[in-house]
Amino acid sequence: MRIKEYTTVKELTGPLMLVDKVSDVSYEELVEIELSNGERRRGRVLEVTSEAALVQLFERATELGVKGAQIKFLGKGIQLGVSEDILGRVFDGWGRPRDDAPPIIPEERLDIGGRPMNPEARAYPIEFIQTGISAIDGLNTLSRGQKLPIFSGAGLPHIQVAAQIARQARVLAKEEEFGVVFAAMGITFEEANFFVTDFERSGAIEKTTLFLNLADDPVIERISTPRMALTCAEYLAFKKGMHILVILIDMTNYAEALRELSAARREVPGRRGYPGYLYTDLASIYERAGRIKEKEGSITLIPILTMPDDDKTHPIPDLTGYITEGQIILQRNLHQKGIYPPINVLPSLSRLMDEGVGEGKTREDHRELSNQLYAAYAQGMEIRELALVMGEATLSEMDKKYLQFADEFEQEFVSQGENEDRKVEETLDLGWKLLKMIPTPELKRVRDEFIEKYGHRDSKEE
Amino acid sequence: MSKEGQIIKIAGPLVVARGIPRARMFDVVRVGKERLIGEILEIRGDNASIQVYEETGGLKPREPVESTYQPLSVELAPGILGNIYDGIQRPLDLIKAMKGDFISRGIELPAIDHEKEWNFKPRVKEGKEVVAGDVLGVVQETEIVEHRILVPFGIKGKIKKIREGKVKVEDTITVIRTREGKEKEVSMLQRWPVRKMRPYKKQLNPEEPLITGQRVIDTFFPIAKGGTACIPGPFGSGKTVVQHQLSKWVDADIIVFTACGERGNEVADVLREFPKLKDPKTGKSLMQRTILIANTSNMPVAAREASIYTGITLAEYYRDMGYNVALMADSTSRWAEALREMSGRLEEMPGEEGYPAYLPSRLAEFYERAGKIICLGRDERKASLSTIGAVSPPGGDLSEPVVQATLRVVRVFWALVAELAYQRHFPAIHWLRSYSLYLDDLKGYFAREVAADWMDLRRRAMALLQKEDELRETVRLVGLDALSNQDRIAMETARSLREDFLQQFAFHPIDTYTSIKKQYLMLKVVLNYYDECLTALKKGVVLKDLTSLPVREDIAKVKYIPDKEVEREMEKINQKLKAEVSELITKTGGTV
Ligand SMILES: Nc1ncnc2c1ncn2[C@@H]1O[C@H](COP(=O)(O)OP(=O)(O)OP(=O)(O)O)[C@@H](O)[C@H]1O
Ligand SMILES: [Mg+2]
Repeated sequence: MRIKEYTTVKELTGPLMLVDKVSDVSYEELVEIELSNGERRRGRVLEVTSEAALVQLFERATELGVKGAQIKFLGKGIQLGVSEDILGRVFDGWGRPRDDAPPIIPEERLDIGGRPMNPEARAYPIEFIQTGISAIDGLNTLSRGQKLPIFSGAGLPHIQVAAQIARQARVLAKEEEFGVVFAAMGITFEEANFFVTDFERSGAIEKTTLFLNLADDPVIERISTPRMALTCAEYLAFKKGMHILVILIDMTNYAEALRELSAARREVPGRRGYPGYLYTDLASIYERAGRIKEKEGSITLIPILTMPDDDKTHPIPDLTGYITEGQIILQRNLHQKGIYPPINVLPSLSRLMDEGVGEGKTREDHRELSNQLYAAYAQGMEIRELALVMGEATLSEMDKKYLQFADEFEQEFVSQGENEDRKVEETLDLGWKLLKMIPTPELKRVRDEFIEKYGHRDSKEE
Repeated sequence: MSKEGQIIKIAGPLVVARGIPRARMFDVVRVGKERLIGEILEIRGDNASIQVYEETGGLKPREPVESTYQPLSVELAPGILGNIYDGIQRPLDLIKAMKGDFISRGIELPAIDHEKEWNFKPRVKEGKEVVAGDVLGVVQETEIVEHRILVPFGIKGKIKKIREGKVKVEDTITVIRTREGKEKEVSMLQRWPVRKMRPYKKQLNPEEPLITGQRVIDTFFPIAKGGTACIPGPFGSGKTVVQHQLSKWVDADIIVFTACGERGNEVADVLREFPKLKDPKTGKSLMQRTILIANTSNMPVAAREASIYTGITLAEYYRDMGYNVALMADSTSRWAEALREMSGRLEEMPGEEGYPAYLPSRLAEFYERAGKIICLGRDERKASLSTIGAVSPPGGDLSEPVVQATLRVVRVFWALVAELAYQRHFPAIHWLRSYSLYLDDLKGYFAREVAADWMDLRRRAMALLQKEDELRETVRLVGLDALSNQDRIAMETARSLREDFLQQFAFHPIDTYTSIKKQYLMLKVVLNYYDECLTALKKGVVLKDLTSLPVREDIAKVKYIPDKEVEREMEKINQKLKAEVSELITKTGGTV
């Protein structure tokens, strides 16, 4: 490949650089900028005409001027070199080693943009993953190949929850090659370190690849970090047959980097200044999760985002929810009550649950039991609100039962230890135990035979 | 003069080319060395702006651009049903066979198999006068659908020759001598530009419902055959499930499902589910009446814009044969966003929320293609195209431009509400916020085909639900004790309406579909309960005994009774209801 070199920088604005009088430059080509002091930086062609190329800089433009820099167009897109040695390694957000080990010797180099999976080739995710967390396994299950985000807020323990999932996740009755790819965008060193230490402690670090762009790393680099991670995951999953869990944190920082770039390009902004193509852009990341027919591996994706102002209608959680197959929502008032994990099951959802549970997968009563728990908790919550306005005195006997159910559901079912790994049967039995508070005729969502078989109800209660 | 133009600019899916000879708006062009497919959107002097239907990474200025001088068109002939296409009618299964599990670009593929032989049965004799739209003959396209080959538009004359038996789509099946004495060779294969509505003879008033088997829809907010409906709702509220349910169960002959900018796994779900589902009439796989268009969110955005036109043109083609066709578009918001993205790249003046000013007119044009019609041709075939679009408003905010523009053109509004979804009240279609403007057109049908008191039951049920809403407000303010016993019974009945009638679980083998007859019986038993209770109250029965009648559990489980047994079972339940109430009345010393 012929490398084209220019010194004709014409404009520098924010993360953008306009290079004049270029020829033979292609759209999305990788660019290397060599400063007069020998330092190298990277960019990518965002727009190209017969005369000029608009380049997005991944690093700060500091010390870059219209004179003195050598601009090289490298004749290829942004790539990640991969081999099996990629497991157990730590890279920066651009795929360069961040640990002390030498760069890996790539078996091949892959374009990080990836290509869209043909919907015809997709295998529908149906395998239940036991996370050991009741609020997830009981009511919002995770399946292999699913993309299930965690919507969190600043200061909530999403990191602990994600680490616990990574540590405990397993497919029942199977021993398989399992790995984690972790991408950090703009989180602090301490937060990233929490994961690293946790993975080291559990021994999972051997089977983990980390891409870290931390809070003080270049902002625009964040745009490529999740793509690096997913390229690595695709390689491990679909070329090496591994089951890969990808954790992306924090997608809010990612979207902000995108907004910064969009503003610099003076694009017409959509909601709250985010670009109109945010949906499509996020989809190009999230849709890389999945399974392929007749292939061994899988990519299960857990993106984590902090909702600005705990607002679920903010464009980042909103558009994420429109793409992913459900969402796990952490709620501040549960956290304040001391409940860990503070998962609010009502607005949480797993769209693939129906296929993942039931006889031969988890247990025959799973689906109906979860519907019943939902309904009862929802009713309890409604009564709790009513009681706040009217006082508990106005509540009927039945209302009080639901209210108590809601309280205990939070305290016993949702709440559990950070290292507590509950089997799915334990979770389900716990659900039945709590339902004992509710009289049988109220249990409209479960079959009588299940009530008899799993409910362990005292016949006198009825 | 050169035959080709040259790329002068690339910005995402937008490419500008200079010097395409005789460039025309909306012509399809081939872009770059890989001959990517694009469409001209704008012409300024010698420069043409092109939306490219494939990824543009790696393209360079100076690469060639060649016009095909054809607008974006679909291929129409037997062999479409059961297929899954991308947004510009390329078969995804063949793309997979050619390129593997991930889609690459520059693929040129015919939409249908040109080599396959079909058994053509003529329906006209030599010497017969024919006009456009007349049925020339038929082939059995799938086990459940007969494909009718029509005289193409613009042709009129006498059949000079007609074939019978094995033919391929490109073979001449007939020669028609026009009045001017020209001889036209006609094959089964036609092409039609997707952005142009296919003509028909006359539009009719809709008067027959499109039965969906979904209780809240058929009973409360029905859509007519040939009607339009929209389902707006925040993420996770059930738009896709409703559209899947409709694709499975509506009493249409042909279904076109357009997955426009949505999830790959949902397409995989349809591909996995539909072949297993049986057409109730024939017992054959439902896939045999279905066409899927899948341009998922990670596939090129310009092809997403085209996908709904591809879908509706295929739908019109089958409508023209005389079929009732239903088209689902999930989601029109993603289509609108694609439009916005291209508009932004063209640097057009943005309207509300960055959408182009022509968004409402494009949406109107799309829904206008629905309707109940008389087809072209002499046999006055009636047919319909019903269009149902999902809308995905940001933050669930219904005041946003796509919802608003859609509401101005569609006649049914199924409002999905997040709160209902959280309570697992599915389908989360809100009974007080939704509407159907077809009720007047359809009431004759329901009275005739189901029961004379259908509309009356519906009205009473609706009134109870409305009353419940008001009573709830009272309860919130002053507590349950403030309500009269009559009101308490109204509340209980409304609750039963919500839980036992409106809630319908899509994944339950029986509950997933309810025949219209069963819907009627279900509604009736709930209202019977109400009437019986009111009478009993008058005779001094205490409220608590009425709200805890054992028969209520039976009423709650009616939804799980198979259609065949429902009449008999319902009889029993009504009797049990009567008996239990009579017993209470007798106990309080009253007379029944
Ligand atoms: N009728 C129903 N019966 C049972 N479950 C339902 C029903 N409707 C919706 N659901 C549940 O709600 C979930 C979300 O529904 P769906 O995927 O249709 O939402 P959506 O509105 O299309 O969301 P998005 O805009 O994100 O695509 C489903 O996965 C299912 O669990
Ligand atoms: Mg959907």
